[in-house]
Amino acid sequence: MTGVLPVALEDATKVIQPLLGAGKEYVCVMKTHSDVSENRVKEVLEEFQGKIYQRPPVRASVKRRLRVRKVYYLEVLEVQGRDALFRIGCEAGTYIRKLCHDVGEVLGCGAHMHELRRTRAGPFTEIENSVTLHDVSYLHSKWQETGDGDQLRSFILPMERALGVLPKIIIRDSAVDALCHGAHLTAPGVTVLETGIDPGSKVGIFTLKGEAVALGTATSSTEEILKANHGIIAKNDRVLMPRGTYPRLWRSKR
Amino acid sequence: MHRIAAPWTVKRELLTKSEEETDQSHGRRPEERQYPDLLKFGIINLDKPAGPSSHEVAAWIRRIMGVRQAGHGGTLEA
Repeated sequence: MTGVLPVALEDATKVIQPLLGAGKEYVCVMKTHSDVSENRVKEVLEEFQGKIYQRPPVRASVKRRLRVRKVYYLEVLEVQGRDALFRIGCEAGTYIRKLCHDVGEVLGCGAHMHELRRTRAGPFTEIENSVTLHDVSYLHSKWQETGDGDQLRSFILPMERALGVLPKIIIRDSAVDALCHGAHLTAPGVTVLETGIDPGSKVGIFTLKGEAVALGTATSSTEEILKANHGIIAKNDRVLMPRGTYPRLWRSKR
Repeated sequence: MHRIAAPWTVKRELLTKSEEETDQSHGRRPEERQYPDLLKFGIINLDKPAGPSSHEVAAWIRRIMGVRQAGHGGTLEA
């Protein structure tokens, strides 16, 4: 399998967890085991949109219970003989191989996944800032030769990019260090926030300069956060910024 | 059949609760990070080739870049 594989370096590995849970997009070639009309193949594939049931395969290291997965979209691109090429956007943990097998069951003749390429992982796509191993090797050597930071920047993205699909909450400078020490986020700390936050939403907490401070889970909605002037509005799930980056302007409870 | 919107298609607006400024003497915009922070808080959008496993690719990057850790965001295995 080929395609989008975000690789986080050093301390940025903390953003891998939300990426693992982020939605994905693939382009896939499925092969049916006997001749089926193009219309029939399209018809069945397109049924696999919305919520589908799957049991993970034996080789996966997860509990093998039947589970529901969301397929956001499935677009058949081309059908040629027994080959069907389609693009699919889906929730993390959706097994495309199993989906192809199940399509084959519905068709009656059987089918399997022949080839798969990941075209999106969360906010990362194959069309923006995507580099190959060759690029990494080449640009890294160029940087070692020249010492020019731009060479590094041409293939290393700020870890904040990994949080691109999460709703943002931006906090004032004086609230930053408390969060870096694990404090939950309270209403007075919030300066700007995005629409569409609900209790339970995973959020990215940022400084006014755009630096990632922490990953959180909102306990209130956007509207409630706007109105509140005290109380916790998001739990601090994972600190991303080193302590002391911003000045300590808080005291622990006596 | 009810269509569920892909998370990356959700449009959001920024709403201001309180107008605030940031002190330039602390912190730095992510785009302006210099080495070594560039590496320390960096992520690579890698286009993985066929052949090596995702784990092998991450180990390869760790070696090439000379970093202590490199973690990948979701196995891409055959």
